[in-house]
Amino acid sequence: MADSTGKGRGRSPEPRTTKTAMGATHDVQNFDVDSDEDKSALEEFFAPVAGFGVTMASLFRPVVTEQYPFEKKPTAPRYHGRHQLNRHPDGLEKCIGCELCAWACPADAIYVEAGNNTPDAQYAPGERYGKVYQINYLRCIFCGLCIEACPTRALTMTNDYELADTTREKMIFEKDQLLAPLRSGMLSAPHPMVEGTTDGDYYRGAVTGPTAEQVDWVREHRPEDPSLESAADPGRAQGGKR
Amino acid sequence: MSTPSSTSRPTATGPAGDTGGAREYTATGGDWDEISADAMANPDERIVVNMGPQHPSTHGVLRLVLEIEGETVTEARGGIGFLHTGIEKNMEYRTWTQGVTYCTRMDYVAPLFQEVGYCLAVEKLLDITDDVPERATLIRVMMMELNRVASHLIALGTGGNELGATTMMTIAFTAREDILKIFESITGLRMNHAYIRPGGVAVDLPPGATQMVREYIPQIRDRIGQLEKLSLKNPIFLGRLQGVGYLPLAGAMALGAAGPILRSAGLPFDLRKSQPYCGYETYDFEVPTHTDADSYARVVLRFKEMRESLKIVQQVLDRLEAQDRKGKHPVMVADKRIAWPAQLSVGSDGQGNSLDHIRQIMGSSMEALIHHFKLVTEGFRVPAGQVYQQIEHPKGVLGVHLVSDGGTRPYRAHFRDPSFNNLQTLGMMCEGGTIADVVVAVASIDPVMGGVDR
Ligand code: SF4
Ligand code: SF4
Repeated sequence: MADSTGKGRGRSPEPRTTKTAMGATHDVQNFDVDSDEDKSALEEFFAPVAGFGVTMASLFRPVVTEQYPFEKKPTAPRYHGRHQLNRHPDGLEKCIGCELCAWACPADAIYVEAGNNTPDAQYAPGERYGKVYQINYLRCIFCGLCIEACPTRALTMTNDYELADTTREKMIFEKDQLLAPLRSGMLSAPHPMVEGTTDGDYYRGAVTGPTAEQVDWVREHRPEDPSLESAADPGRAQGGKR
Repeated sequence: MSTPSSTSRPTATGPAGDTGGAREYTATGGDWDEISADAMANPDERIVVNMGPQHPSTHGVLRLVLEIEGETVTEARGGIGFLHTGIEKNMEYRTWTQGVTYCTRMDYVAPLFQEVGYCLAVEKLLDITDDVPERATLIRVMMMELNRVASHLIALGTGGNELGATTMMTIAFTAREDILKIFESITGLRMNHAYIRPGGVAVDLPPGATQMVREYIPQIRDRIGQLEKLSLKNPIFLGRLQGVGYLPLAGAMALGAAGPILRSAGLPFDLRKSQPYCGYETYDFEVPTHTDADSYARVVLRFKEMRESLKIVQQVLDRLEAQDRKGKHPVMVADKRIAWPAQLSVGSDGQGNSLDHIRQIMGSSMEALIHHFKLVTEGFRVPAGQVYQQIEHPKGVLGVHLVSDGGTRPYRAHFRDPSFNNLQTLGMMCEGGTIADVVVAVASIDPVMGGVDR
């Protein structure tokens, strides 16, 4: 308490005093301090200044500091980075708007609103598609429960980690930011499913790419669509059902 | 303001705002010369100083209220709560599986321990402890022991940094970086992994993981050796640590301290030995103890414990590799009503559920799909009751108390965090020493405020 003399409590009754010999710094790099035992008398003698040996050796060790952002080191393959909404090989979106990702999210970072596919606007195989899809990266903790929950592998996590931005609004990613870019040969949605297939065929991996009928449909409805060029390329292997 | 009378002399822990008529000096950007001149003019020896919560040596946001006479600390109290995050309460509103993502953030320096402790507790409540696959347990042990090394490295590195030994900090963080790289390639995250799940682990080790860990171990061990050479026999280090933060066995036990603090006083108390879990009884390792009961003894113990942990890691690796040779092993309980449906694989489009799994749940098995939906939206039910599970955390005893009302969420989740209990020893360790010793004593307790405040 206030009138404590301050003796005896904080310090141990008999502080051990260690007399140490400051010696020369040579030949200390071969020290093995792995175990306290079996150390030679010489090593014991130089132990107090062994730190100098570490310092000297450090001069010749390669630098471990990473020069980010000038040099970007790749992350581990499993790294939990920015999300991505994927597509089927024919360009239809994989997301079916089931909201499982939003249910799984412990941080309530995902907002999904499903829409109905119609013959005129078929975005995903089956009945429904993700009409509104937002991930709030101010809430997301990158735990990955959402990708584990997604039943269609529509949602995956990429290795992209540079997500900082200047406003709160910009940190809410919309569907167009999350949607995977069309790979060469894919036809942008909406367009009908490959004729004669069910959504089950898509999940079984039976659909391999857009068919001539799908290309024609898009050409008829959206003649300006830029994805037509590569999807209609005659050199490309014909898609369809396997 | 008047000179305080000796009878109404306030203590550092007196009611807030009640100065008992004592003279107060507030130093917020003012002129120190004025304040010290004023203090000289009023020769009142007793000074109460707030150290923290924004002090570099208080490990985050610990507030220390120190009553000092000259350089001597006559009374020391800790003020906590600045990092309160409401994790325990939040867990009541999340499913049992989602809880992992919360509790891992308590002691963020040792996240995997909260995960394991919590999952072991949930498994006990579900009565599936024996069903957890062997491989999951092996992975848990490996991750925990690597994490123990990382946590001790932080303790030693930041502790050294506070003494001015910046090199200790840089070397310790470099060594920890190796461990974080291992974690990143296994769990996908460097901290706060949510990798351990009730019933097993989220996903099996990636190919080549055991080999990678093996390659990192010599490097980590080498860096630990460098730290030892820098510190253990260094006269300045010895002078600062020996005999400082002294807490004998009786005091440590009375205050409920555990971990290196208790073992530094001579009691070989380690739950991995005394109440084995996760198969720790099958590993060959020692519980190092010391008898000096001071800060230096705790440093020595942490060094030794790191080496013991690496020894355990090597034994786990042997067993994991023996398993690898025999084909694939499950890492999650077989019961589909409990097993969280993660079947992750990494492809060119990133990481997500494997296409095989998609084919099964969406393409062929309606039952599998129903299980998947139920588990994700609702979670699993846990029989009503309560459970207490303890594990040996790098800082001491981590206790997890879970109460279930039979629902899909905890009725109550409480964590006995070792830093919280160990922090109570602060007064005992610091009083009677000098202010400089407070820094050393706090570093030897190694409190992580995320765990203390939860
Ligand atoms: S990573 Fe975790 S927090 Fe982020 S959106 Fe997915 S489930 Fe939510
Ligand atoms: S991303 Fe996956 S889980 Fe989320 S709504 Fe779309 S299909 Fe469902």
